Amino acid sequence: MTVTQKLTMAHFRTTLFNDWCPGCGDFGILSSIQMALAELQIEPHKVAVFSGIGCSGKTPHYINTYGIHTLHGRPLPFAIAAKLANPELTVLAVGGDGDGLGIGAGHFVAAGRRNVDITYILHDNGVYGLTKGQASPTLRRGLKTKALPRPNLNDAVNPIALAIVCGYTFVARGYAYDTRHLKELIKLAIQHKGTSFIQVLQPCPTYNDLHTKEWYAGEDRIDPETQKPIPRLYKLEETGYDGEVKSPSEEEAIAKAVEAIKKSYEWGDRIPIGVFYRNPFVPSYDQRVATVAPVYLQSPPALQPIRTKSMKPVADVSPLFDELRVLY
Amino acid sequence: MGKNGNKKKFTLSWMIGGAQGSGVDSSANLFAYSIASAGYYVFGKREYYSNIKGEHSYFNVVASDSPVRSTVDHVHILASFDAETVFRHAWEVEEGGGIIYDVALENESLRNIPTIEERLKSEIAERLKNENLGETLRDVLTAAKRRGVRIYPIPYMDLIKKTGEIIGEKQLTLLLRMVNTMAVAASFAILKADINRLHRGLSYAFRAKKAVVDMNFTACKVVYDYVHNNFADDFPLTLPNRKNGEDLILVNGTTIVGIAKIVAGCRFQSYYPITPAADESVYLEDKQVFNLNSVSDGDEYEYPHLAESRQLSDKGHILVFQSEDELAAIDMAIGASLAGVRAATSTSGPGFSLMAEGLGFAGMNEIPVVVTVFQRAGPSTGLPTRHEQGDLLFTIFAGHGEFPRIVMASGDMTEAFYDTIKAFNYAEKFQIPVIHLLDKSLANSTQTIPIPTVNEVLLDRGLFINEHLDGKTYKRFQFTEGGISPRVPLGTRGAIFWNTGDEHDELGHISEDPIIRTRMMDKRMGKLELIKESIPASDKIATYGDPDAKDWIISWGSTKGPILDALEMLEEEGVGPIGFLQVKILHPFPAELCLETLQSAKRIIDIEQNYSGQMGRLMAMETGLRPTNLIVKYNGRPFTSTEVRDAVKEVLARNTKRIVMNRGG
Repeated sequence: MTVTQKLTMAHFRTTLFNDWCPGCGDFGILSSIQMALAELQIEPHKVAVFSGIGCSGKTPHYINTYGIHTLHGRPLPFAIAAKLANPELTVLAVGGDGDGLGIGAGHFVAAGRRNVDITYILHDNGVYGLTKGQASPTLRRGLKTKALPRPNLNDAVNPIALAIVCGYTFVARGYAYDTRHLKELIKLAIQHKGTSFIQVLQPCPTYNDLHTKEWYAGEDRIDPETQKPIPRLYKLEETGYDGEVKSPSEEEAIAKAVEAIKKSYEWGDRIPIGVFYRNPFVPSYDQRVATVAPVYLQSPPALQPIRTKSMKPVADVSPLFDELRVLY
Repeated sequence: MGKNGNKKKFTLSWMIGGAQGSGVDSSANLFAYSIASAGYYVFGKREYYSNIKGEHSYFNVVASDSPVRSTVDHVHILASFDAETVFRHAWEVEEGGGIIYDVALENESLRNIPTIEERLKSEIAERLKNENLGETLRDVLTAAKRRGVRIYPIPYMDLIKKTGEIIGEKQLTLLLRMVNTMAVAASFAILKADINRLHRGLSYAFRAKKAVVDMNFTACKVVYDYVHNNFADDFPLTLPNRKNGEDLILVNGTTIVGIAKIVAGCRFQSYYPITPAADESVYLEDKQVFNLNSVSDGDEYEYPHLAESRQLSDKGHILVFQSEDELAAIDMAIGASLAGVRAATSTSGPGFSLMAEGLGFAGMNEIPVVVTVFQRAGPSTGLPTRHEQGDLLFTIFAGHGEFPRIVMASGDMTEAFYDTIKAFNYAEKFQIPVIHLLDKSLANSTQTIPIPTVNEVLLDRGLFINEHLDGKTYKRFQFTEGGISPRVPLGTRGAIFWNTGDEHDELGHISEDPIIRTRMMDKRMGKLELIKESIPASDKIATYGDPDAKDWIISWGSTKGPILDALEMLEEEGVGPIGFLQVKILHPFPAELCLETLQSAKRIIDIEQNYSGQMGRLMAMETGLRPTNLIVKYNGRPFTSTEVRDAVKEVLARNTKRIVMNRGG
């Protein structure tokens, strides 16, 4: 492929058979990622997609970029390190709600403190699909999806609010079946210099019989005037909401964060999607490393020579030995 | 205690103790460096509680006119500035030795020291009672004197005030911080050692802080003169300056491993804070930026193909990343490795428990990664600051399912340096995780060693492709004749691949095909044979002593030092001949080499610092050859040479099957 060739979605597809259930929200997320990468014209070999375990974990296999299907709950540590090792890579992490907010919750929190320039997409369907429908950390208390023998006893975590208090600098929510909107969110997230988080609401047609495509579309509540369903989802940007921090002021950042958290509690009849919060003034991790080691920006770990052509090490450690040398 | 020259090998055992946070470490470093600077070889052992301030810590330094690799049970000079040190260690001072103590503490009572455990208090009280003595420090010193130990009461407070007058400093709290240095200076005076060497030692212990160095040196001189003027006795050991032709460094295990990683080309290290491993990562973080060597004629840097459009710095850098836990630590090292970096993580047993998950991923996806494990006493939190070799079988078997790995263990600081570099070479050559086993004893001991010869080191990256692969078909897990598939870093053009913890095909996509499954298992596990074939025997085992001996010692890791020193003593005593087999690569186990080495053995004495003799069991499993006798220790304190000597003598005399040693405070 030459650089001048225009990249299309086809360049980001693999020929692998896709074994997700028909109607799975994962399909929408997959094509949104492929569209976003194509529209940003990022060459496939410069992208690495990391995933966790579960149905969403298979996502990288269907994308024609480097794809690392990691361990349950761990896509973020792998992804963060790869990005720090070679900042020229565009790094995406994808994973389920159980992956990111259950077994991987510690990594979710820690990632927010670092602002490494990666994009994290959370597939949120409220259930553990691949193990046959147990409750995930985003399923609300008292709900009983069809595979649960008893209603869920745990409260749900609020992923948007959690991401904001953890320090994520780009926090958004999308919907798996609105791929055009989701694709735009992913593009913004990739372009944001820092850690971006997108919660994607997605039906699980097999195990979540409560939050279905029809439920999100409001087919259970018909407008008596128009005789049409009243959709539950609405777009933040269409209401005049603006979650972007416009100045490097801490006061403004806090005010915007509080506003976004408040917004994130809307659920049920009206569910917002779009960008909740964005703060471009927090230094990214590479800039932080550069404050203690300016060499990092020029020579990050993967781009340094470590040996000569005759296999000799290139590091000069003689000053380190000198500090320890016994002087007689 | 004999005078200098009475024995073939001169050794001095010096100990300093005190409350944690009172400068025991820096005073021990001061003593060790100053003595080394006077021309002696040193080995120092550091013992401390899992505590920040207040609990008792001590440092035992052995100095000798020939290389020394371990400590001994007895002490010649006990330097103290608190009462607890004397209560605990006075009993270790041998006849003719000396105790330096604060004269103001003579009336301190054993019962008033809260940090001595009740069991030990009763033991000390019993000893004093048997001597018809009371329970004060004075009584302990009386008991010592009765055994022929010299005592050196030092009026620290008066000397501190005097120092303050000389340097014009009235602030007593500041001056009091020098009391540890004064204990070292008193030791120097008793040994008639060159006080000017203390100045060098101060520069080493306090680095570049010149004002601190000068102030402490003034205090040293005050104490040195006081001891010289007030104690005319002729201490049987003296430490005159001697010529030492060797170019040495004084170093501990965490530092030497850190330096080796920089040499090895490790450019990413992740870690989660844990004792005793964290010191290595902190050292690396401190030294993260370094210069690059100029290359010799005809040679040139090998630049990564991914850096083709970059103006690189003339400096090198290792990124040290403190992760949120050890699950992330190993995953981060693997993530960096995927990007083409030589990457490592460093931990101890509890952290390694969490790493079992990531280790399997590296094994499954054939990703090179180095895990440095500084073992400490387990299980669970165990004795966090104490020594053990309890993780051998765990590191060999950690992780579910079967995947290839190398587990290697270093016997001393010098081995640790070269082994660290070899670990990275093995990891890349065989595309596997490599576990480098070290331990608390190596981590926290200090030793004079020859400066490692870096210019003989080679970095072998195996089948690491350093170019874009336009137009070629690339399969990350390609079945090849040699058993290893060429590897590219993420970002390489024309070489997109996938990884998954699932079983996978050559491209890296999930596969549950039974034929592919079997072939992939064979491919991965086949590396163990490849490793056995390609690693030279000298890297797998080392043997010492008489190759035709009937009595053989087998061991691994840091027991090497005390065993070699014990063998020297035994040879002097005419005991032997004894052979010693040190196993360096524990997995895959060098079965044939062990069988060959031990063919003449009638008795195999397994010496290990764990309960069950883990390597002996491993050897039995791999070779069918069982140790006949077991000498173990699991009280958290490393073997001393004298302890090994005594235990081996007992085995030789009585053929005791299992001896549990328990020395050390």
